Amino acid sequence: MLIDLRQIHKTYNNGQPLHVLKGIDLGIDEGEFVSIMGASGSGKSTLLNILGILDNYDEGEYWLDGNLIKDLSEKEAAHYRNRLIGFVFQSFNLINFKTAVENVELPLYYQGVSRKKRNELAMSYLEHFGLADWATHYPNELSGGQKQRVAIARALITRPRILLADEPTGALDSKTSVEVMNLLTELNRTEKVTIIVVTHESGVANCTDKIIHIKDGIIGETTLNEQHQSSIFGTETIMK
Amino acid sequence: MKDLLTEIWESIRRNKLRTALTGFAVAWGIFMLIVLLGAGNGLMNAFMNQGDRFATNTMAVFGGVTSKPANGYQTGRRILLNDNDIVLTQSALFAEHVDKISPELFKGPYTLVFNNRHISAYLNGCYPTLQEMNRIEMFEGRFINQNDIQMQRKAIVLAASHAIELMNGGEDYASMIGKTVTAGGITWQVVGVYKTDRTAQRVEDFVPVTTMQVLMNETNSVDQINFSFHGLTTEEENEQFEKTYRAALNRAHKAAPDDESSIWIWNRFTQNMQMNKGTHYIRTALWVLGILTLVGGIVGVSNIMLITVKERTREFGVRKAIGASPWAVMKLILAESVSITALFGYIGMFLGMVACEVMKMTVGQSSVEFFGETVRLFVNPTVSLSISFGVTILLVVAGTLAGLSPAMKAARIRPIEALNET
Repeated sequence: MLIDLRQIHKTYNNGQPLHVLKGIDLGIDEGEFVSIMGASGSGKSTLLNILGILDNYDEGEYWLDGNLIKDLSEKEAAHYRNRLIGFVFQSFNLINFKTAVENVELPLYYQGVSRKKRNELAMSYLEHFGLADWATHYPNELSGGQKQRVAIARALITRPRILLADEPTGALDSKTSVEVMNLLTELNRTEKVTIIVVTHESGVANCTDKIIHIKDGIIGETTLNEQHQSSIFGTETIMK
Repeated sequence: MKDLLTEIWESIRRNKLRTALTGFAVAWGIFMLIVLLGAGNGLMNAFMNQGDRFATNTMAVFGGVTSKPANGYQTGRRILLNDNDIVLTQSALFAEHVDKISPELFKGPYTLVFNNRHISAYLNGCYPTLQEMNRIEMFEGRFINQNDIQMQRKAIVLAASHAIELMNGGEDYASMIGKTVTAGGITWQVVGVYKTDRTAQRVEDFVPVTTMQVLMNETNSVDQINFSFHGLTTEEENEQFEKTYRAALNRAHKAAPDDESSIWIWNRFTQNMQMNKGTHYIRTALWVLGILTLVGGIVGVSNIMLITVKERTREFGVRKAIGASPWAVMKLILAESVSITALFGYIGMFLGMVACEVMKMTVGQSSVEFFGETVRLFVNPTVSLSISFGVTILLVVAGTLAGLSPAMKAARIRPIEALNET
């Protein structure tokens, strides 16, 4: 099992203690395409942060690819994030003063890969995503869909074990959303990338193979969605 | 390394005006530091030039006037040094420290005559050892020697400036050797010409002290006794030696042993020690002043780096999310801080050195007349290469200090919080 969460608890102590995660048990296998759905305040973002080693948890165990992820130093956390995890954010989080290709090669810089090698690799990813002509453009010269594709290229360049996407279509229109979800699906099918998408849009969740519902800090039902028939709004569209 | 420099360059390029204004404060600080040190060096060099004339491990002893009644004598009695004091100084009593000894007996001014040319001159009766103690350099011939002393020869060592005047402006010193000149009704034979020091208080011509005592009715008196010494390294040791020495001389002249005004001792070694201490204090004060000016610049850099960190919080969060270690982020800020400080610091240092050179060419060349002496107030007011290295190290340290707190702040940024910021 690639990801194994055992009785994860998380409480925020900002004035009044807020018990956000109340015992999460979750297992995700290599090559799965999973979505985590829940209303705002359900704890899905906290869960994603813990999965991405961006945040700590109070109780339980988190095993990632055979490593116990608990009480890591900042340096170790950075190392795991760099090697095992790729992030795709709602607001892209590209660095404005770097070109598309520079953004894509940044994770490799922190691995200490040589300038020439990481440039070659970044170009090949951009080419793969049809962005070769935009390689030297800055983020503000790209459309939303292009930015998200650059961000996905950046997340994938280190060949991570999991790709974590936090509302990847949240800032995109419905047409581009479909494109981005198709891209993720294709990555999962052809490259066998394990993908976890956090969303509150049923249409997005419907693109994935397994939907995990989270409510009030605990896992509700888990729907297997091999047929992609779960969306109440129809199967071919992502409702906005 | 190249990547780090690219990152810094990008950051500076995005904030040109801000960087320039911050850098100005640093450049100004370093500029002031260099100019202060340069001016200080100029003053001290001028100061040192005056003190360079004598060997530093010597003492000069003069007779004074008693201030205490002793042995039936009242106060106010004048003490005159004589050959017995030389013998006393040379005796086993002080042999542990005293090396060479030479009296000086001043007489004049006399009219010095050669080839119908007349000049006014002072004669100084001395021993051969005075040459070494007073660092007298010869142009031609020799200094007074032991035979001159023993045989009471009428030998004279002329000052170069006197020789030139006697030769009516000629500078062929060799031609003067062996010639005879008259002074004080005595005919002297020139045995040497020595290099005149422009800063000397009075130009003298040297003759054997024994000749002078015999031919000029001075019996056995001397005006001053100089001696070089060794083995006295601290101020306390010097003081102790002076005390015993003074007591011995006082007893010989029937004055109170602890009378401090009957015998004057001028110790060039402790004098020099105090002067070194003084210049050390001045130099330290200048460094402190310069560094305080620089601190203003450093605070500016620190402030700007804090703003930079604040502005780039989200970016640092993203970098950390994709695998930047805290140190990688810290390095970014530190390197930027050091680069700004070093770059503008060097501009300031360069301008400061230019200013020092300008000082050297203007006030450095001027001099003032002071009681008939030519005194240069500024000599070579520049800073040495070693100070430039010192300043380089200072800049790197300062840049690191300025960037430290902002860099640590950046390293502590938690990615989730940074990413949640809008």
